[in-house]
Amino acid sequence: MVDAPLALLAELTHRCPLRCPYCSNPMELARAAAELTTAEWARVVEEAAALGCLQVHLSGGEPTARRDIVEITAAARAAGLYTNLITAGVLLDAGLMERLVAAGLDHVQLSVQDADEAGAERIGGLKGAHAAKARAAALVRAAGLPLTLNAVVHRQNLHNLPALVERALEWGAARLEVAHVQYYGWALANRDALLPTRAQLDEATRVVDAARVAHKGRLVIDYVVPDYHATRPKACMGGWGRRFLGVSPAGNILPCHAAESLTGLTFPNARETSLAAAWADSPAFNAFRGTAWMPEPCQSCDRREVDWGGCRCQAFALTGDAAATDPACALSPHHGLLQAAVTHAEGEAFRYRQYGRAR
Amino acid sequence: MTPRFAPGVRLQEDRARNRWMVMAPERMFLPDETALAVLRLVDGARDEAAIVAALAEQYAAPAEVIAADVRALLEDLRARGAVTW
Ligand code: SF4
Ligand code: SF4
Repeated sequence: MVDAPLALLAELTHRCPLRCPYCSNPMELARAAAELTTAEWARVVEEAAALGCLQVHLSGGEPTARRDIVEITAAARAAGLYTNLITAGVLLDAGLMERLVAAGLDHVQLSVQDADEAGAERIGGLKGAHAAKARAAALVRAAGLPLTLNAVVHRQNLHNLPALVERALEWGAARLEVAHVQYYGWALANRDALLPTRAQLDEATRVVDAARVAHKGRLVIDYVVPDYHATRPKACMGGWGRRFLGVSPAGNILPCHAAESLTGLTFPNARETSLAAAWADSPAFNAFRGTAWMPEPCQSCDRREVDWGGCRCQAFALTGDAAATDPACALSPHHGLLQAAVTHAEGEAFRYRQYGRAR
Repeated sequence: MTPRFAPGVRLQEDRARNRWMVMAPERMFLPDETALAVLRLVDGARDEAAIVAALAEQYAAPAEVIAADVRALLEDLRARGAVTW
């Protein structure tokens, strides 16, 4: 018997008014017309809860770009799930906030692109976004909901980390996630412009350590050293098919939100397959579950049930083989690729994603 | 003192595993049986004495004995960010 998942990542839409150069949306975006309907999402969240999920991350794209975000939130809460809205915040207004609270929303995670308007505008590509986010944060706090600020960091904004900590305090966030860009999809296309230097990372670690002490009891800071400067990979998604399950805007049931970047796997769709059947029986979920699929050096490594061989999407993006040891691991024969990328990274220009012109 | 759940924290039934979990932003934990008994009584209206009285009745135990346990548990739950007062 396979252990049941704990969380559902519901990617409600790929639509988003921003165009971050590291967006985790796939290169090929699902059209609005292909998106699951309100009733289909209501069924998906109910199936997820029955299967064992305890929480749902309502994500995207920008989840509030869906006109039925309130109904979907209510359905998730009615199914007994803890509901977390992952939003860029620019579409949130007082009326929507009030309806989301009434629908039972539990928590809001607000993304910030930088600590100030100029940087945030350049990175997110939307004028006035930063001010809109400040308003969104105030609405969340006024509604009595807990707020997490999610700052995606990279070479071009890491110098603003102290200011990001200040923003988190100023906006009333109880948690700050300092998340390094993950390099696949758009971020891989922009890697040279985004990869931080070793000196930047050391400084970031120092800033985080100091801020944790200074703001103890007020602000919790989540921070993990990024793969490109690590010697062991992270347990991506807590291991393939172990804790998480994602559903894409068009209904594909995924072990990880980036799994569609792996060629050669076919994913079951929620329109035809139940989440329970997809989780237990689909070849896609079973492909990298457990340890049997692992090559050496993972197969005989004592960390194989700690990091589960790292990230499949990163292994595929960098080596062309989804079943390879994650190159983030120093034991991987491909580890040199990361070092080479760090040395080579330069330049500031971004390739922006544009909705409707994904390729 | 009247304990209440911290913002974004609540008890939730884990139907598939037949247990109750404390859910918090980006975090969840499994309360032990006594913690669960206390948390079920936390509603922002009952004060500590009312919680002790309710448990004393529920477990047919003397309030003095229960009181010390409840205080220790509430302090622990507060340290874990689950409740506040
Ligand atoms: S990463 Fe940026 S562009 Fe992509 S969904 Fe989030 S806010 Fe929108
Ligand atoms: S060899 Fe494999 S299991 Fe061992 S640390 Fe590296 S990625 Fe993890």
